[in-house]
Amino acid sequence: MAAGESFYLRTALAESLPPPAFRTGAIGWLRANLFSSVGNIALTVICLLAVAWLVPPLLRFLVINAVWSGSDREACLPSANNPHPGACWAFIHVWMSYLVYGFYPIGARWRVDIFFAALAFGIAWLAWLSAPRRDLGAIYFFIVLPILSFVLLSGAPSIGLSAVATSLWGGILVTIVVATVGIVASLPIGILLALGRRSHYPTIRLLCTTFIEFVRGVPLITVLFMASVMLPLFVPERFAPDKLLRALIGVAMFASAYMAEVVRGGLTAIPRGQYEAAQALGLPYWRMMILVILPQALRIALPNIVNVFIALFKDTTLVFVIGIFDFLRTIEAARSDPHWITPLSSATGYAFAALFYFVCCFSMARYARGVEARLSRAHRR
Amino acid sequence: MDTPQNSSDLQSADLGPAVEVIGVNKWYGEFHALRDINVTVARGERIVICGPSGGGKSTLLRCINRLEDWQRGRIIVDGIELTDNPAQIVAVRRDVGMVFQHFNLFPHLTVLENCTLAPIWVRRMPKKDAEEIAMSFLKRVKIPDQAQKYPSRLSGGQQQRVAIARALCMSPKIMLFDEPTSALDPEMVKEVLDTMVELASDGITMLVVSHEMGFARQVSDRIIFMADGQIVEVNEPKAFFDAPQHERTKLFLRQVLR
Repeated sequence: MAAGESFYLRTALAESLPPPAFRTGAIGWLRANLFSSVGNIALTVICLLAVAWLVPPLLRFLVINAVWSGSDREACLPSANNPHPGACWAFIHVWMSYLVYGFYPIGARWRVDIFFAALAFGIAWLAWLSAPRRDLGAIYFFIVLPILSFVLLSGAPSIGLSAVATSLWGGILVTIVVATVGIVASLPIGILLALGRRSHYPTIRLLCTTFIEFVRGVPLITVLFMASVMLPLFVPERFAPDKLLRALIGVAMFASAYMAEVVRGGLTAIPRGQYEAAQALGLPYWRMMILVILPQALRIALPNIVNVFIALFKDTTLVFVIGIFDFLRTIEAARSDPHWITPLSSATGYAFAALFYFVCCFSMARYARGVEARLSRAHRR
Repeated sequence: MDTPQNSSDLQSADLGPAVEVIGVNKWYGEFHALRDINVTVARGERIVICGPSGGGKSTLLRCINRLEDWQRGRIIVDGIELTDNPAQIVAVRRDVGMVFQHFNLFPHLTVLENCTLAPIWVRRMPKKDAEEIAMSFLKRVKIPDQAQKYPSRLSGGQQQRVAIARALCMSPKIMLFDEPTSALDPEMVKEVLDTMVELASDGITMLVVSHEMGFARQVSDRIIFMADGQIVEVNEPKAFFDAPQHERTKLFLRQVLR
């Protein structure tokens, strides 16, 4: 019986070969991703048509027919050489400083600029994952920066910075302040609430659950109204916090409740063995949480955490209901300026607002995506 | 045979036993999981706990570093009684190393960081010293070259050896092994058992829940057989395998040693 006749036996080891050409490169990619089946081809065509339908008018409005300079509304009206005018950027340009600073005194606006620069510096330091001395960066961001910002923006007459009431703050300044405080406060508070909700102590659990469910069950507008109208009822008039501060507390509370649930979701995904291994090594509760459990839970929760940040950033527009002039509110005010009122000034204002919010939110999303990719490269499970 | 005999080769009788379990009872709801357990483990003793699954082996082991609570009875580890006092629990856990069936390495830390975490944050050891010690133990379990990798890049056998090194880095007086080879592919069981055999020859107190009868015969001083939440039989390995007393033991050995 010759076994070799009935089945094949390799006589030499198989070499590793490059993949076939039509599977790689641009053509391979197109075939695999855009034209692999009838349905896929149809989708590709529909998408191309949609792009062809949407992009040219958008470009015409935003760039090609847009009016870039001018001194009043005449520039943005239809004229002989621009019969179909697009966005009236000249109007945004004129109103720009109001959109950024609100009614912040003109002589003191350099302080806001320093605040923006200091904030950008802090964000860059923390966001750049391989930056030197990130521990110092954290101290700067969470301790130095808040104090510096407070002194710069509110003023400190003792060192020669005139006081500026928060009712004068406005525009992008307010949006950035509310969003940053909300983001920075909501993560730690949310983590504490999430841990509290999983606590062994019934009182802590009850307190945290009540807070989370109450705040989650109420619209942000209501929270803001309560913070603005009801807080002064409980606190003596003299100690009633400033209106902007009330909005900050309201936004931070609201975001914390959502953050708590997002973090709790991450915590439930951590297997019990991780807790047991940490306990068996003798790590007490807080060290176990900080060193072992939270790093893993937050990584799992990262996409949802960023989701809360983005939602929070856009929700800051609601502070107008308690009379605070955030960025969107300043656009609203500017677009009714009789000097510039044209059929397109509203559209221009809102287009500008959309661009601003989109750039901020999209960069948050992209950055988070980068961090996720980096983390999953580092330790794939 | 319900109460354990005292091992004849007590190494340091004056220091007292390593572990004393006195009349421990545990219930999961209505289920009586541990029934009047009495065990005394001498220092340096190596004990293998075996028996059918659901018999309470792991539960008993996990009570010894209080990963599990019990309702009645006392457990004294290294002279410290385990009570509700968190300080005492942490004190016991510092001196008791544990190796789990599913390794339970920390996936977000490298192998080296897994080993240095507790020495740095529990023993307050300087990072450099902790790393030195960790590397020496990683050498002992024969994977020093994997120190900078993340656990997910390692095979099951390697991960379990890291877990052993991680426990040893705390220089524990007692090591608990909870089915350390049950989750491993067959070809990796030996490398882990070899590591444990080597450890056993060092004279550290070991309690091992395992189905590896060859290991039990080779290294243990005593074998505890548990079924239905009770200690059914305790004996030296030779007597245990050659002349089991209890019917349950005989049945179990027939099934395992086929």
